[in-house]
This record gives sequence, structure tokens and C-alpha cells, in this order.
Amino acid sequence: MLNLIWAGMLLVSVVCAAALGRMEELSQSVFSGAQRAVELVFAMAGAMAVWTGFLRAAEKAGATAKLAAFLRPAVRRLFPDCREGGEADRAVCMNLTANLLGLGNAATPMGLAAMRAMDEENGGRGLTRSMVRFVVVNTASLQLLPTTLGALRSAAGAASPLDILPAVWLTSAVSLAAALAACFALEKRHG
Amino acid sequence: MDKAASYLVPLLLAALVVYCLIRRVPVFDAFSEGAREGLRSCVSLLPVLVGLVTGVSMLQASGALELAAGALEPLARCLGLPKEVLPLALMKPVSGGASTALLSQTLDRCGPDSFAGRAASVLAGSTETALYCIAVYFGAIRRKGKNCALPAALLGHLAACLCASWAVRLLMGF
Repeated sequence: MLNLIWAGMLLVSVVCAAALGRMEELSQSVFSGAQRAVELVFAMAGAMAVWTGFLRAAEKAGATAKLAAFLRPAVRRLFPDCREGGEADRAVCMNLTANLLGLGNAATPMGLAAMRAMDEENGGRGLTRSMVRFVVVNTASLQLLPTTLGALRSAAGAASPLDILPAVWLTSAVSLAAALAACFALEKRHG
Repeated sequence: MDKAASYLVPLLLAALVVYCLIRRVPVFDAFSEGAREGLRSCVSLLPVLVGLVTGVSMLQASGALELAAGALEPLARCLGLPKEVLPLALMKPVSGGASTALLSQTLDRCGPDSFAGRAASVLAGSTETALYCIAVYFGAIRRKGKNCALPAALLGHLAACLCASWAVRLLMGF
């Protein structure tokens, strides 16, 4: 997918530059763009490292496990097919916690483990409502502290990089609610 | 709002440090271990970003990005988004790396504290790579069956697009 998108980006810009007579700018942008990418990563690196550092400390102190326990009642409601205390139940909680804390690297493997465990508990008989709901929840952004976003904004020289947080939370909540509502409504229709 | 938000991060950190001390966690060791991992993931992001940031800056230099934003302006107006933000809104469900490149380009051109910069930030922070996620999660178990994940996810994304600039206006006084 990304292969096609990237190839498309390059081809469209060459064709467009030829049509608009902007070849000079285009050929400059190849090198300035590559350089900017490296500058961007270095500008972000400090902020990213500080966040992942603090998150690791929080994890070590047991904050992740606490948060997972806190989420359990909501998980029971939302994913009723998971056996209580089972492997799927645990993996779902850990995946949601990792998503909330923005531990992207941990969230995906946990999420895939949760899918496989739910599939196993269902005896491999196909998709359950819980599985579909779980995927829908994962397509929404649950992250409380968007670390990459903060690092990007601070690299761009924002006066207060995280001042957008309340707006981000509000928008994420609206988006998640809309996705889940659509999911419930469609479940009813499909039976 | 600004003042309250400025308290948030320092207080959170202080609470975390106190919690770590109570639980007798070697707080600095844990921190540096996590920081090392963060730096490593930053560096592993580099090759992808070099490709995608170059692609986006070529699109911009060639005038294609401007043309696309102009052509899609009616759609942007329907969603209430500034037209500079629309490429990001369309790219985000598909690719996280390309959206990072587009967001950083918008922040540079419009300024991180402009309305477009903030709307783009809110949109990027409140959406996920939904299509990619659906492909990976259902790919992990290979079970066929009619399901509503795709329409539900797209509706959630649309809701975020509609809400993003409204939330910036409401909460940040634009």
C-alpha cells in the first residue's frame, strides 16, 4: 500500500512540476526534503526520549497494571465474549492500557495476541462481536498524551506544544463514541 | 485554560516521581532505560521519514499539494477544516508515517500556533491509522465473515474530522 502511495507521490510531483514549469524547485526539494527529515527526527528525539523514559518509570512502578485493573469493568461490558480472567481478557486490558499511555510499540503485539486469544476461546468459529468491537476501538485514538505530536509541535517552535490537549481529548472522545455507536447499530442490523 | 494546561505536565511528573519513590523503583535507571528505547525507535523511524518527508516536500515544491488542496476545498469547507489540513485528513487512516510528514509540513508552513496548525495537530492526535489497523488485526486471525469494523472506523474518522476544528474554536478561542 505504502509502496503505491510513495511511488504516486513522486510521479505526481514530477508530472505536476513539468506542467507548471517548477522543475528547478522540485530538484532542490529532493535534497532539502531529505535533510529536513533528519533534522526533524533530531529535533523530536529529545522530547520522545523524555516521554518514553517517564513512561518506563511509570510502568516499573506498577502504573500499567493498575490502569489495566481500572479498565477491567469497562472491558467486561464492551467485550462480553471474553472469559473472565482468561488470556483474552488480560491481553485486551493490556492492549487498551498501552494505547492509553501511548506505548505504540507494545500496543500492537498485545492487540494481535488478544485477537488470537479471543479466536481460540471461540473455538475458531469465526468473528465474534467482541472481536469486531475490539478492532473498532483500536482504530480510534485512545492516547492520553500524544507524544509524537507534542515532539513535532515543540520541534516546530510551538509556544506551548501541549496546549492542544483538551481539544485532542474532546475530539478523540467524539470519534470513539461515533465509531462504537455505528458498530452497535450495525451489529443489530446484521443480527 | 492556558494556565491550567501548563500545570498538567509538571504535576503529572511530580506525582510520578513521588509514586516511584514510594514503590522504591530506581527512578532514574528506569527513566534512562526507557529513554534509550525511545531514541532507538526514533532512529528506526528515520529511513521511513526520509522517504516520506522527501515525497511530501516534492509534492509541495511541484505545486501538486496546492492544486490538490484547492481542488478539495469544497470538501474541506463541508468538514469545516482549513484546506491545508485536508491532505492530512485523507492520509491519516492509511499511513502514520506519511501523516507525520504532512503534519510537520503544515506546522512549518502555517505555524504551530496558527488555526490551521492547531486543527492539523488536533486531527493528527485524535485519529489512528484505521485502515492499516483493520488490515493487521483481522490479518492476524484470518477469519472470514461479514463485519462492521470498516464502516464504523470510517465514521469515527469522519467524526474526528468534523470535530477537530470545532474543538479548536471552542476551546482555544479562534
